[in-house]
Order: sequence, then structure tokens, then C-alpha cells
Amino acid sequence: MTSTTKTRLLKGGRVINPSTQRDEICDVLIDGEAIVAIEKNLSPDHVDEVIELTEKHWVTPGLIDIHVHFRDPGRSDKETTVTGAAAAIEGGFTSVCIMPNTDPVIDSMPTLEYVLQAAKNVPIDIHPVPAATRGIAGEAITSMMGMAAKGAVAFTDDGHCIMNAKVMRLALEYSKMLNVPIMQHAEDYNLSGHGCMNEGPYSTKLGLSGHPNTAESVIVARDIELVRQTGGHMHVCHISTKEAVQLVRQAKAEGLNVTAEVTPHHISLTDAALEGYDPDYKMCPPLRSEADRLAMIEGLRDGTIDAIATDHAPHTPDEKALALDEAPNGVVGLETAVGVVITHLVEPGLMSPLDIIKAMTLRPAEVMKLSAGRLEVGQRADITVIDSERVWVVDPAQFKSKSRNSCFKGMTLKGKAVMTFFAGECLMNQIQQTTSV
Amino acid sequence: MATPTASTPSPATGKQTPDATVKWQHRHVIDSSKLSYTDVQEILNTAKTFADILSRPVKKVPTLRGKVIVNMFYENSTRTRTSFELAGRYLSADISNFSIATSSVKKGESIIDTAETLAAMGVDAVVIRHSSSGICQQLANHFGNRLGIINAGDGWHDHPTQGLLDLYSILEKRSCIKGKKIVIVGDITHSRVARSNIAILNLFGADVHVAAPSTLLPVDIEQLGCKAHTQIEPALEGADIVMCLRLQLERQKAGLIPSLSEYNKFYTINKERLQRHCKPDTIIMHPGPMNRGVEIASDVADDKSTSLITNQVTSGVAIRMALLYLVLSTPVERGQ
Repeated sequence: MTSTTKTRLLKGGRVINPSTQRDEICDVLIDGEAIVAIEKNLSPDHVDEVIELTEKHWVTPGLIDIHVHFRDPGRSDKETTVTGAAAAIEGGFTSVCIMPNTDPVIDSMPTLEYVLQAAKNVPIDIHPVPAATRGIAGEAITSMMGMAAKGAVAFTDDGHCIMNAKVMRLALEYSKMLNVPIMQHAEDYNLSGHGCMNEGPYSTKLGLSGHPNTAESVIVARDIELVRQTGGHMHVCHISTKEAVQLVRQAKAEGLNVTAEVTPHHISLTDAALEGYDPDYKMCPPLRSEADRLAMIEGLRDGTIDAIATDHAPHTPDEKALALDEAPNGVVGLETAVGVVITHLVEPGLMSPLDIIKAMTLRPAEVMKLSAGRLEVGQRADITVIDSERVWVVDPAQFKSKSRNSCFKGMTLKGKAVMTFFAGECLMNQIQQTTSV
Repeated sequence: MATPTASTPSPATGKQTPDATVKWQHRHVIDSSKLSYTDVQEILNTAKTFADILSRPVKKVPTLRGKVIVNMFYENSTRTRTSFELAGRYLSADISNFSIATSSVKKGESIIDTAETLAAMGVDAVVIRHSSSGICQQLANHFGNRLGIINAGDGWHDHPTQGLLDLYSILEKRSCIKGKKIVIVGDITHSRVARSNIAILNLFGADVHVAAPSTLLPVDIEQLGCKAHTQIEPALEGADIVMCLRLQLERQKAGLIPSLSEYNKFYTINKERLQRHCKPDTIIMHPGPMNRGVEIASDVADDKSTSLITNQVTSGVAIRMALLYLVLSTPVERGQ
């Protein structure tokens, strides 16, 4: 052990690591930036810091969110790289993929270099996902090759759908050379129109314009055909409809390179939440029916859906105080994801802790080809400790995010990230039971 | 009037009358589907006492003297705004019209800020017409009981005074609507009038039907309590009451109907259709303003023996007087 690095022992927690299928009480020894031992009953002697944990503490790979909006550059009133990273750390995330619908759009070297520079000032991994088309206009593909060389891990027009099938074909063909996915925000604008909520009994009752399931599924169906033709990798952002999940299931069974993510809100809430016309429940795709919600969970269970991603989308209180049809789409999610997933998937016995951690670490890492997401000896010590029994009430006023637009406000959740380590450094600690030696 | 014993002022006279029956507890009237049978009965009974005032030579009672109401109309409306305005004036309330063209709205002020400003000026209640569904509920979420809120039409969602005045108009002609077949014909998807009527008519046991081409019927409309038809003939068959809805001409531009002439051919309420499928005394209604020759033929609209269209306008004033009275008489601390 050198004098410049610090050793830490996470002792007595429940180590959950999908890459080795490990789920057992175990100790984890960190030396400097790396994990150096994962064994039962490691000796605390000669360790700089011992963190005493119990079996309620899940020790997992640092969580990965492959879909966040940090609004940087351009909308620092909503979020910045610094506040977004703070929200990520609070939620237990050590790697995030940032979406390009900023102002200006991240669609070329100067903006990409700006966000890479901003990323250096925060203590977690920020992977840029630049625009797939120039200006997110859906017309001409971006200089993906140069941007991929600089660290772009995928390309997307997220917030916008690539409506032109020819452009989508080109994007898939081009990104295939770079071995990165095109993340598609699947929404046929002709079908979704100005729909501000799911089309169904609630939109009819509330007199709101509806966004039908087919607006998503026709694009997913179309893009699966384009994947079949091009051999590219299409990743479906924030999948929300039972029809789209079934299409992805069939595509995977065929061996096509199609992956998908789902948000915590689409597995836990339905369009019934819109009854009070509160814009904090407005996002795109919208909250769907109960049948869709159940299909999301089934898709996660059988592996059709690869990842849980928050689509963290900050907006100011002023914007969310507008009329429902005028308020912007989107909700923040980094700080509530763990609680929502444990409350809605683990507590009812729908998924095991190992499977949900897989959907928040290893699978998203595989989809985006990140080296993170594995709690193994020799790996960088990105580690999250989750108190699986912590019961807490979501109070947006306490968020580290700059924005407050949570669709989980006021809810009681079970489970919370209580420690976040990035490269061995403790960035967040809400246990405070460590003993320094 | 009965012997004055209790302390509640009679709404119509301002005099003390034995009115122990005021059960009204709402500071807002926003959603027809949230009104109870008792609520609606109370509105109807109150409106009945006010209707007398409208036929007097001096149309004024002091009931709401000192109360301040503002009409916040964000959408063009002449009849509803005037109806509320006169209703307020007949009850001696101070009622003013907030005009979009000259207001801060033009400067980008949010409706919550505008309403806060009005509340700070001492306004007791606002009457809102707005193109956004749910805006009244959003304001109520913000204000709680601090400000009375009456929905005069929000987007496609609701228009409670329309449903109430329609029911009132019907009950002037028919003693009971239980089991009566009432058909609403027209653009159901975009109609707050349809949603209001479906909710209120169901409270009184009517057999509610809606009829429109399928492109103007919203998904799952039947769950609101009606039977949906895409053909006009079975819808009209044996109907006791036919309500026509205004067909906004922009629906054709949006491609929801192929042409006005096709709509006219298959859905217009005309004498021939009525004679073939309905009873001689079937009541015809329309919330106005009418597109004569589009959703309703002129001879049907103008047939005084069956058309209730003028009665609807008169009832509207009485109903709005009743609502203003009930909402403004509900103490802030008691309101729900």
C-alpha cells in the first residue's frame, strides 16, 4: 500500500454483482481507485477506513443511467453538469449518458468538446450521446465518426424522433461502422399530434388530446425493419407501450440488434395520475395504461427490456406551472430511481435484487459498451451502497437537482442509495457509521 | 313564502327565510362529474327562484351586493360571458370583464399570476373560459378556498353551466328525464358541452346516447356513461331529446371529416330525419352558436314548438345566477 492511496473496507454488506451472479454477504476492499478483494471476512487490520454494513445494505456496482438531460449548455436555470452530477451522486449513479437536446444542440465537435470539458469538473463519468442528425432536425446525419473518436458512446435525437425512415437508415448504417447504437425516441408525430397524455379513457374523461400507443409502436416496428436491413443497433429510448415491448421481444428472438430501456415512472405510474391536471405528471412518452405498465415489468423480467433509465428531464417550476397542454414534457428521476424500483419491483416480489441491479448496471453498460457496471477485483471502484430498508418520503425541495419536477413527490418509498463511491472516492455518505483507523 | 324564522337570506329577495336546506359546500364549480345529485338539485331549485327575477320589470336584487366577480375569458365568447355578466349584475354583484387584449396576458403573465393579482384586489370569485383543459383545476390546486372559481368552459374538458342549463331547460318541459333517450349529435371528441351533459344527465337517470362519425368520437367514450353510435338513424330512433353540437369548421381542415357536405348528408339534424325516427314532440337543443345548415337545419332550429334553443339562453342566466350565489355564499372556511 502506498502512502498516497487510501484503503477502505466495506464490511458485512450484501454484495450484489450481476457480472458474477454474486448475491451474498461479503466484504469489499478498495485500495485507491480499484477494487482489490471481494471475499468473506476480510481482515480490517491495516485498513484506513472500515465501513460497517449489514445485510440490508446492498453493495452494488456504481449505478448507470444511460438517459439523462443535464441541460448543459444553454439551460442552466433547469440544470447544469454540476447540479445534474450532484443529483446522480445522490441517487447512487456513477455513470450517466447525457442527451444532446441542449441549446446549442450537441451535434458537432465544439459542443461535444464543451460538454467533455464540463464533465471533467464533476467526479463521475459523463458519457455524451451527441445528436444523430444536425440540429436534431432529422434531416442530415452528424459527423459521428469524429465524435465517436472523442468519446461519444451513442447517437440520438432524443426529445425528437427521427421521423424520416431514410435518415434513420443512414444513421443505422453509419453508426454500425462505429459499433455504437442509435437511441431512438420512438414517436410518430402525425399520430401523437399535440397529445399531452396517453390516449385512453382518461384522456377522454379529462378532455385532453391523446398520444396513442401506436405513435410509439409504428416507429419501433419500422426501425426494427431498418435494423434487419442494415445490421445496425437500434436502442429504444423510454419504451412505454405493450405493443413496442412485444416488437422488441420478437426482434430479439430473431437475433436482431435491438435493445430497450424503461423509466422508473413507466413501471410504477399510469395515466390515472393525470386526473389532477398536474404538469409534474406530464412527460413524453406519457404515462400509459395499467396494461402497458404491467407489460413494462414483464419486459424487464424476461430481459426484453435491457435497462432502467430515468430520462431525468429537469424543468423550472415556472414552466411546470403552465396549463397542462402548454407545460413542457419531462420529470426528474435520478434521486428517486432506486426507491421507485425497489418499492415497485423488489418489494412486491416481481424481481430479485440481482435482476434489478443488473438492469441498472451491467446491462446498460453492455448496451452502451461501457467498462463500468462490474463489481469485480481489478475494476475501478465505482460502488453504490443501497439501504434496502430505508423508508423515506420524496420531498423535491431537498433535491440536489436544480429542478423539482418529480412525479414521485410526496410518495413514500422504500430503498435509497446511501453511499456513492467513484474510483474509490466516497462522494456521498448517509450512513455515517464508519470507523477510521 | 313561509314564516321567517331562520337567518338565511332568501336568494331571490334578500329577506330572511326559513332556509335550513343550504347544503352547498363548494367554493368552486369546475367539473360536472364531481357534482352530486343533491348539488344539482340545489342549483336547480336556486335557479328557479332566480328565474322569476328575469321576468320582472326591475331585474335586480341585492343578494350579492358587495361581492366582486371577474370574468376571465381567454377564449372568444359573447353569449357565455354576457350571460355571466348579467347574472352577476341582476344579483347586484360588481362584475367586471378581464380583457385579454389589454391585459398583462399579452405581456406573457401566467394565469396563476393574473388570478393572484385579482385576488389581491379583493376579488371574491373568477369565472374562467380558457382553451386549456384542466386550467380551472390547476388554479383550484393553487388557490384552495382563497378564491371562488367557476368554470365557463375549459378546453374540451367541461362546461358545467352548459350541462346545468340544458338540464334546467329540459325540466321546464318534461317533469322527469329518468329513462328518457337523449342523443347528443356532433363533434364529441372536442366537446366540453358533451362531457358536461353526459355527466349531469346521468345523475338524473337519462338514457344518454352520442352520435358522430368515428373520427369525432373519442376512445372509450362509453365509459363516461353513454351509448355511442356512428350512424345517426339508430341513434335518433325513438329519441326524446336531440342535442346538436356545433361543428367547428377547422375539423375539416384537420382531416377529421372529409367534407362538410358529406357531414351534412349523413349527420345534419333536419326535419326529414326527425320525422322518420323521432316523436312529434321530440325536443331539439343546441348550445350555440349554430352553424345553420351544417349540424342543424334552419327549420328545425326555428320551430318554436320543439326547439328549446331560446329557452336555453334564458335558463343560462338563471343557472349562472344560482351558481354565483351558491359559490359566493359559501364561507371560505367551509368550502370544499
